[in-house]
Amino acid sequence: MTALLEATDLVRVYTGRQGLFGKAAPVRAVDGVSLRVMPGETLGIVGESGSGKSTLGRMLLGVDPAQGGTVRFGGTPMPERATPAWRALRARMQMVFQDPLAALDRRLTIAAQIREPLEIHRIGDARARAARVGELMQAVGLRPDQAGRYPHELSGGQRQRVVIARALASGPELLVCDEPVSALDVSIQAQVVNLLRELQREGRRSMVFISHDLKVVRNLCDRVAVMYLGRIVEEGPSELLFARPRHPYTRALISSVPEPGRPLDGRVILQGEPPNPAKRPSGCAFHPRCALATDVCRNTVPELRQTDPEQTAACHHADGTAASRAA
Amino acid sequence: MANLVEIRDLRVAFDGVPVLHGVDLEVAPGEALGLVGESGCGKSVTWLAALGLLPSKASVTGRVQLGETDLTGAPQSALETVRGGRIAMIFQDPSSALNPVLKIGRQLCEALRLHRGLTGAAAKTEALRLMDLVGIPDARGRFRLYPHEFSGGQCQRLMIAMALAGEPDLLIADEPTTALDATIQAQILDLLARLRAEMNMATVFISHDLGAVAQVCERVCVMYAGRIVEQGSVGQLFEHPRHPYTRGLFDALPRLFGPRTALVPIPGTVPDPRNLPGGCAFQPRCAHAQPFCQSALPDLLPQRDGRKLACAYPLPERGQGGERQAAREGVFQ
Repeated sequence: MTALLEATDLVRVYTGRQGLFGKAAPVRAVDGVSLRVMPGETLGIVGESGSGKSTLGRMLLGVDPAQGGTVRFGGTPMPERATPAWRALRARMQMVFQDPLAALDRRLTIAAQIREPLEIHRIGDARARAARVGELMQAVGLRPDQAGRYPHELSGGQRQRVVIARALASGPELLVCDEPVSALDVSIQAQVVNLLRELQREGRRSMVFISHDLKVVRNLCDRVAVMYLGRIVEEGPSELLFARPRHPYTRALISSVPEPGRPLDGRVILQGEPPNPAKRPSGCAFHPRCALATDVCRNTVPELRQTDPEQTAACHHADGTAASRAA
Repeated sequence: MANLVEIRDLRVAFDGVPVLHGVDLEVAPGEALGLVGESGCGKSVTWLAALGLLPSKASVTGRVQLGETDLTGAPQSALETVRGGRIAMIFQDPSSALNPVLKIGRQLCEALRLHRGLTGAAAKTEALRLMDLVGIPDARGRFRLYPHEFSGGQCQRLMIAMALAGEPDLLIADEPTTALDATIQAQILDLLARLRAEMNMATVFISHDLGAVAQVCERVCVMYAGRIVEQGSVGQLFEHPRHPYTRGLFDALPRLFGPRTALVPIPGTVPDPRNLPGGCAFQPRCAHAQPFCQSALPDLLPQRDGRKLACAYPLPERGQGGERQAAREGVFQ
């Protein structure tokens, strides 16, 4: 089976400046990322702020141009950004953002906003579009009488449903969700997570789910990629990755999630802060915070290599001995 | 032991719309209390009102007693010695709470001068000690840096250092880790737990994150629509929640371990304070609601096991029926 989305060696460099007149320094936000999403599969991308996960999400859709590497969608290379071919392709891949109020136009009713992608991509006539809007609203759990409302008249969870309905309007095969539930309250978050689960189940729709919330990612994703400073440091099926993380960073991330009933002591608490992407440490970028770091970590960048049949990790000490030593 | 803070029947209304409907709360010296609830439930407003930090359009009634002092209706000058001196507060977004155009050292020294009367070298020494205490590496070298030169986690550490400057009896932490990354959040929770133990300072931890609350608090109040609906020790509430809302919050949480199952959301949304449902405010979203719930507002009443509960049809007590096992599995999966 061919992958729906295949990214190879993606690179995105921003030019950062130290101070107003400082020297421009390149910041490698995404630094050689390769990944594949199969049809119907959900890939989770986790990492802390500044790890490049949102930039990567935009690059996968071609919204943010890649400076290196390629993205293939449905087996063919992604057309250049802002060309007619790329615009046509955008009907097949859509994005859901974190802040629904910012993603919606506050002067348009929600029905008009859900209809917009249909108009842009010239799908159906007026009657078919109206019917489709009704269908979509029902699918995401909005009431028909809410069609004429404006975004500010809805609650946060309802707004996120509008954003999801709009993203689904053109019947995309790929949905990239960037922190779609992070701004929502616990009870509402569960409603939206369940909605996304239903969407996964009902069609062969692939999803890239970007989030810092490991609990939500584990609940939704088939496979998970962990990012640290612009690189994937571990990837695997989500059940395995959470049960048996191989990279020390993944272990620390999982350990740092506060869970009711799990005591504070005995957790791996990472020292230090995520380093500045403009000043990437030599060798393994994680070594200054890593308890297992040795000389080889300070000097040599670890390659992503297979640790288990379906799991890969970029760590010099990811073999069985180091993992058991840390555990 | 006498309570450090006692809040009695605290009510707050904005433009005539009541948002806090009579909250009773006490904090014992050295205690860690958690306030949990969704946005708009009044958990922050409770403490902003208690400290007189709400805008003048808010009408506040009730009594807030700090030791011998009555804070309600106290003159601004009296409140100013309490705020930062006896009760300190830290907020969700540390970078907007620090003054961006003043050096960190100067901001810390200012707090020390105001609350402890320290100046000059004594203030600097104490400021450096506080920076060390909250885990800022190389305090001496970073004394003259501006807030933007620190990361988010370090800004929150600096806020905590400033809050500690007045040697408060009570630290109110309002969502202190919400804006931070997971690994930094773990560090800050650890720091708060350590400081409380070392300084024997009471802490009120306001959060929507049940997991974080479970880790730093001894006692928890769950709030819904401007009222406390369940109150008890962390063990009681988290092992065996009895209010359907508390239980609903747990069921809605995705789990990090165990089988992956569909989440159980609480249907509907938090009610609009201008348009509260009749009877129990949670009743339209509650699976256990009976017709009685629509007409009568349940009071927060003490239960046999020591917790307080505001529900006419709560989940059964521990040891009654088969629900017990299910509840435990639900919570500890």
